[in-house]
Amino acid sequence: MKNSLTQVTLSNGLKVFLKEIHTAPIISSWLWYRVGSRDEVQGRTGISHWVDHLQFKGTPQFPANILDKSISREGGSWNAFTYMDWTAYFETMPADKIDIALRLESDRMVNSQFDANEVASERTVIISEREGSENEPMFLLGEAIQQSAFRIHPYHHEVIGDMADLHTMTREDLYSHYRTFYVPNNAVMALAGDFDTQTMLGRIKELFEPIPGGMEPARLAREEPMQKGEVRLSVEGPGGTSYVQVCYRFPSASHPDFFPLSVLDSLLAGPSNLNMFSGGISNKTSRLYRALVDKELAVSAHGGAQATIDPFLYSITMTVHPKRTPEEALTALDKEIERVKAEKVSKEEIRRAIKQARALFAYGSENITNQGFWMGYAEMFANYEWFQTYLDKLAAVTVKDIQRVANEYLVPQRRVVGTYIPLGN
Amino acid sequence: MTNFKQNSAVSLPGPEDIHREVLPNGITVLTRSNFNSPSVVVSGYFGAGALFDPDEKLGLADFVTSALMRGTKKRSFDKIYNELESVGAGLGFSSGVQKSGFNGRSLAEDLPLLLTLLSESLTQPAFPKAEVEKLRAQLLTGLAIRVQDTSDMASMLFDEILFKGHPYSRPEDGYPETVQNIKREDLVRFHRDYFGPRGMVIAIVGAVKAEEAVRQVKRALGGWQVKGQKDVHELPDVRLLKKTVSKTHRIAGKSQSDLVIGTNGPRRRDPEFMSATLGNNILGQFGMMGRIGDVVREKSGLAYYAYSSLSAGLGPGSWEVSAGVNPQNVKKATDLIVDELKRFVQEGVTMDELADSKANFIGRLPLSLESNGGVASALLNIERHNLGLDYYRRYADLIDVVTGEDVLNTARKFIDPTRLAMAVAGP
Repeated sequence: MKNSLTQVTLSNGLKVFLKEIHTAPIISSWLWYRVGSRDEVQGRTGISHWVDHLQFKGTPQFPANILDKSISREGGSWNAFTYMDWTAYFETMPADKIDIALRLESDRMVNSQFDANEVASERTVIISEREGSENEPMFLLGEAIQQSAFRIHPYHHEVIGDMADLHTMTREDLYSHYRTFYVPNNAVMALAGDFDTQTMLGRIKELFEPIPGGMEPARLAREEPMQKGEVRLSVEGPGGTSYVQVCYRFPSASHPDFFPLSVLDSLLAGPSNLNMFSGGISNKTSRLYRALVDKELAVSAHGGAQATIDPFLYSITMTVHPKRTPEEALTALDKEIERVKAEKVSKEEIRRAIKQARALFAYGSENITNQGFWMGYAEMFANYEWFQTYLDKLAAVTVKDIQRVANEYLVPQRRVVGTYIPLGN
Repeated sequence: MTNFKQNSAVSLPGPEDIHREVLPNGITVLTRSNFNSPSVVVSGYFGAGALFDPDEKLGLADFVTSALMRGTKKRSFDKIYNELESVGAGLGFSSGVQKSGFNGRSLAEDLPLLLTLLSESLTQPAFPKAEVEKLRAQLLTGLAIRVQDTSDMASMLFDEILFKGHPYSRPEDGYPETVQNIKREDLVRFHRDYFGPRGMVIAIVGAVKAEEAVRQVKRALGGWQVKGQKDVHELPDVRLLKKTVSKTHRIAGKSQSDLVIGTNGPRRRDPEFMSATLGNNILGQFGMMGRIGDVVREKSGLAYYAYSSLSAGLGPGSWEVSAGVNPQNVKKATDLIVDELKRFVQEGVTMDELADSKANFIGRLPLSLESNGGVASALLNIERHNLGLDYYRRYADLIDVVTGEDVLNTARKFIDPTRLAMAVAGP
């Protein structure tokens, strides 16, 4: 069955995507706001994520104790995510129950109360969330790397924010952030599933169009200057295992080089899975696994590419083998990086990367929530066409492209190398 | 309020669209077609679990299942994964206490390859010496990471307290010294003694017709015969705690403590299962983690996560509350949780709470069955616990008949707030 896609912008600027899929009696509704940790200045780090928590704390129409039950009662699954570039809310519901989700989202776009007591109790919840993350060596290392990779650009802090700011931000800070960024003309709504497009569009207009558009929120635009020289850092902490993370500068998702780099990632470290609701595949025949894990320098090696608005990082993470040192693992990694720069990859390796991407797309399309996710997600850093033409763009990548981007991006002068040094018990 | 017309057929799995067939060698095949996406899932289980591990070689079943794909009599480790990964397919094995299992997926066009590799790994693993040693280092690193993980260590300690003297008290992945004790010959022997087609179940869900799926399983695994395949041990009964037992495991330098508090729970096949699972939803799942989430997270702001869970399988289950809190708040959170457990067994649940949770369970069923993996788990669940092919069609009725009194009786049967296991791991 062909799934029809409709794209409409309402009079208040809210962009709406509707994709009919009649495979199961389910609808997934997503509301995306163009706000995330990249919109935060020092003193307010973590504010976007905290606002996302407070969006579950009630409006006059849906008070806190009603709101958190209203979706679950109808068998819905729902959550919210805050990232560097965006914040998203979704509800996946039995098709005949979706109205409650639409009413809830239109209501909390403007009417959340940010009650002072709720702000206070959520402060300690978020501090606890951060403390849980601090238990993890890779969180500590990743945070240190991000901070040294971005001195100017607001990608420099973790989405959860710095502990100092979590202690000091006020209710007024949070409310003002909410009112500034939660306007229809700064949002994208995407629904996928078992509905009739015209009926659904009518209902969305009815609920969302009365919300007036606001000022287009300005986003921070502090470009990170070119890195001049390799940065090396270490983090010490409890544990018995060393980790090395190497981060290279990666272009924005809308940059043409994103695609050859994605193929390069696939053959170096196995394909990065961009689906949110469908797992990836193993990487045991990737170049890095063969060179690092098979050769017993590391017990695991993974690559991570992310789709972002501004240039971010491509990370390679190695769990160092207990009998090896971080330096030995890094030397072996560097040899592989040099190889991919010096020698052309085979056409077969590219074909393989494309087949892997095709399979990951198929797994993702089993799930209506994931299909709803993609429409808005792609809009956050590029547009939906980016997603629709993704496989074609990968298929157009040549051997020459791979070698060029390897030489352009995988350079030691523009990377941060972080080591987690375990202090034992 | 607009009425949204449903255009799709209600599509819960049932007897006319699940195909079940037992092959002559004892393998049960379950399939359900779904042509909405060009992919397919292969999932299943067999009877070689950690129950068979000797104490001094704990982690053996886990080691064996992890080593199955490290090389077979026909293909090397690299060749196996090269074939899988070249087509974007995945396959993996994991061990459990009673059963071990596998999970794979691929594009439908690559199903024959997936089944061939599954069959080779199950029936002809070679356990190459060099690969066994590489794997051992990886397993030991995993254990070194586990010993630093507050959540893993609290869970492990909880099982040690609750299931003292019972096989469930042991971690399936063993301890560093027991994994060091395992020799290659142990892997070979374990595989020879406990692997075989009898008791094995395989579910195939996705873009393939039932008869074609069965034909392919027959081709790949229909000829597998094992003489003297050993049977699953009967599990002993658990000894109930006589009083609350608390233990703390220290991990220096951590920012947060994890705690697990709980008691015994029903088996999946016990008549109390439905009322226990609904009660558990009210206690620590519904909305933002139920009553537990409400007092620990929402009202007190003590934790990012605080929830209850019911673990009900073939053997005795557990019913536990987990939370991650600042080390200074362990006592406060523990008191709040125990108070909630007391209230739960004294007052039971309200009619509204029960109605909400029933609606939640019935409403979310189609969501859990939308992906091929979700349907495959459902088919295995039916088979493992003998629920009947029409189970998901009857599900709403089974939920509907549970009363508030049932929930209260079940809560009282299993939860005694003066006899709890309490485990904390943190700085």
